[in-house]
Amino acid sequence: MPAFLLSRFLQSAVLLVIVSIIGFTVLNLMPGGPLAQYGLDPGMTMDDMERLKDQLGLNRPIWVQYFDWAWRLVQGDWGTSFRDGTPVLSVIGRHLFATLLLMGSSTVIAIAVGTWIGIRGATHRYSLFDYVATIGAMVALSIPTFWFGLVGIYVFSLKLGWLPAGNMYTIGDGSVLNYLHHLIMPSVVLALVHIAIWSRYMRTATLDVISQEFVKTARAKGVTERRVLMKHVVGNALLPMITLAGVQLPSILTGALVTETVFTWPGMGRLFLDSLGYSDYPVVMGLLMFSAILTIAGNLIADIVVALVDPRIRLA
Amino acid sequence: MTKSFGTRAGYSRRHALQLMAAGGTVGLLGPQLLGKPAFAQTPPPAPTGRVVVGLSQEPTVFNPLMPHLEVDDGVDFSIFDALFRINPEGVIIPNLAVEVPSQDNGGISEDGLQWRIKVRDDVRWHDGTPFTAEDVKYTLELIVNPDFRAWRTTGHALVHDITVVSPTEITWRMEVAFAPYLSFLTETFIVPKHVLETMADLNENAFNQAPIGTGAFKWGKRVAGDHVELVANLDYFGEGPYIEQLIFKYIPDNTVLYTQFRSGDIDLVGQAYITPDNYAEAATLADRVVTLVPKASVETIYLNMERPQFKELAVREAIYLAIDREAIIDALNYGVPTVTETFMPKQSFYFNPELPKHEFNLQRAAQVLDEAGWLPGADGIRAKDGVRLAFANSTTAGAHLREQAQQFIQQTLAEIGIEMTIANLPSAVMFGDFWALSQFDTAMSGITYLIGADPDVTNRFHTKAIAAQGGRGSNNAQYSNPEVDALLEEGSRTFDPETRRAIYFKVQEIVRRDLPFLPLFANTSVFGHKAGLQGFVSNSNTRTESWHAAGWYWA
Repeated sequence: MPAFLLSRFLQSAVLLVIVSIIGFTVLNLMPGGPLAQYGLDPGMTMDDMERLKDQLGLNRPIWVQYFDWAWRLVQGDWGTSFRDGTPVLSVIGRHLFATLLLMGSSTVIAIAVGTWIGIRGATHRYSLFDYVATIGAMVALSIPTFWFGLVGIYVFSLKLGWLPAGNMYTIGDGSVLNYLHHLIMPSVVLALVHIAIWSRYMRTATLDVISQEFVKTARAKGVTERRVLMKHVVGNALLPMITLAGVQLPSILTGALVTETVFTWPGMGRLFLDSLGYSDYPVVMGLLMFSAILTIAGNLIADIVVALVDPRIRLA
Repeated sequence: MTKSFGTRAGYSRRHALQLMAAGGTVGLLGPQLLGKPAFAQTPPPAPTGRVVVGLSQEPTVFNPLMPHLEVDDGVDFSIFDALFRINPEGVIIPNLAVEVPSQDNGGISEDGLQWRIKVRDDVRWHDGTPFTAEDVKYTLELIVNPDFRAWRTTGHALVHDITVVSPTEITWRMEVAFAPYLSFLTETFIVPKHVLETMADLNENAFNQAPIGTGAFKWGKRVAGDHVELVANLDYFGEGPYIEQLIFKYIPDNTVLYTQFRSGDIDLVGQAYITPDNYAEAATLADRVVTLVPKASVETIYLNMERPQFKELAVREAIYLAIDREAIIDALNYGVPTVTETFMPKQSFYFNPELPKHEFNLQRAAQVLDEAGWLPGADGIRAKDGVRLAFANSTTAGAHLREQAQQFIQQTLAEIGIEMTIANLPSAVMFGDFWALSQFDTAMSGITYLIGADPDVTNRFHTKAIAAQGGRGSNNAQYSNPEVDALLEEGSRTFDPETRRAIYFKVQEIVRRDLPFLPLFANTSVFGHKAGLQGFVSNSNTRTESWHAAGWYWA
């Protein structure tokens, strides 16, 4: 196990360096740059632009800028946002809660509902429920999230007036109930796609297990159907789900671009989009590294958890 | 100033008539100085309530002297004061200064070089420290401090020998006479010396995250990615504030911005306002006031004058003749914008209304090209001396209305043998070097030509402002006309408004004749706010709808 961890750790470090080089280069090669947002400002002269480029260090060769950035990062300094002048880590930190809240609740909904639909679809294969679930999943997967979002806002906010049209909370009201009220629509809309994905995976995984010899053995021994299902089938079917959850871990923290925009949710997805739009290099790079680290960590955690719960797998 | 007063929406006809009786036509067309409301209602004795302004971009820069966008202006205007303000009629009025200096009152010397400004003695910073002329000196010096990441330095770089004569008086000497500086000072907010002096870093510090000003509102807090909250300054020296809380809420999508206006989540739609396609519906909403407000920007097609196709006036004239502007305004932009022939905003004192009117006439366009020797080649595209009359047009990718206009223009131009291809770019790319160094053939965008509502357009039309030729400005069309250069130089040295008016009338006349750019229309914003919100006055001479939140209150 320690040898495995060490080698994975080294691989990850190399991967991070490669990701950072590619990210930094692509970002800097993109024409425009952080000062393009002032391109239409009639009062900003070329002298002003040149001066700001110098002051921000943007006139240095790319590789100098990269090493400067990387060296600071190694020392724990993630840089400062061009846009609002605050440290990158604090920028990320200030958007993390909103994303955790939204993605966390939608993931819980997705896993709970998706798992249930998947298992029921597998045990009641080709039933009406299975057909409805299959078609529903196809619909949820093919229709873009923003459409569900806008329809939801139209129906539940503008027409029925049951749910807020967006935002994380009402300004001036920070109560838990107020947050929950605002959370319902975006988390459900976001969960739809994930329910679809989870239910399809879960259905397939359950079907795989159901046809295995040991399930037949258990049934032959006279174990109750419920016990067979819960102990023998679901337990084993969940194994591939752990890997899936590991892969999805980063998205819980990096946010949902479209949903956050439609529901005016101040999370990481929108931060990324905005930072990219303003060419806020330090924040974009920070987010890139953040999500790269999470992706690597998510996969690693999934591997370890699978190894721990499945005695057949032993990490060399 | 509103093109149509808010009778379109929640207001009843009776209410409107009452208002007219109460405020008179003048009150309707041009609200008084600093937006004293023409409405009969009176503001509350103590600040009450909250106003939420929705913005499609997030305000992130709170040091008003650092590079920032229009969207940050609402916060700046509410927290800070400048020496002067510019009112909706384009008149410069005192703010922190006691009077506006001129050659008549001796504030500016006859040669325009010596400036003397008296400032108020009854102003306090939000932390209670008195404001003095020292703060003005500190501000003007900070802007040109090479270690400070300043926003615009034009004009400020000409200021020398700043002397604080007394806590209420300051003088300085200008390197050259520069009339536009007065306007620039309306956008130069004064920052507190006693606070910034103590900051170790001029660019990254606590002040930038929780600014201290003299304005009608004090800093409350910022929830990053969501909103900025300001609270009433009870010690404000001027009129107001009448509301307790002023919120700038970030809503990243224009459709959602409008939806939240409909649902009542926001009280006022700020920048980027209501999109033209929603105008007709918005105007029917109950309890909402929706108005058309002219903007300072002109929707423009820049022709890169250094491209061989565009060197000849006949070509530029023919293209202009071949553009069906009325269709673009009425069919594509829902009739919201208005026609114009110049870069000068219509609401400006310097707007020249006598310019030749554009005419859409394909036959005439073809004839102009024929006469100039641009004849159709084998491929149907006109050419002359080996130069094909073909070019690319670029605009911001994803700007739907502009993209539609492009396709429309492309089709009409094809009818007379002009080939226009479409090459759009994301805005972050478009307005980098591609724009600044004139790497485009033609470019379409909403262009603001004036700085701080001063008529000086040296930066846009003077030969020395062509960045692609080593100049220092944003003359992106690479337009060069010695006559215009001379007029612009004269205009920037001249202080008397009447004399300046004649100069800029002439500039507009020549530019209209030379056509370095084709004006499509004068941009108009669709403003909207709840009917209960009183005291709201738009001001096209500033970049923000929230230029005077101090005067707002709830009925």
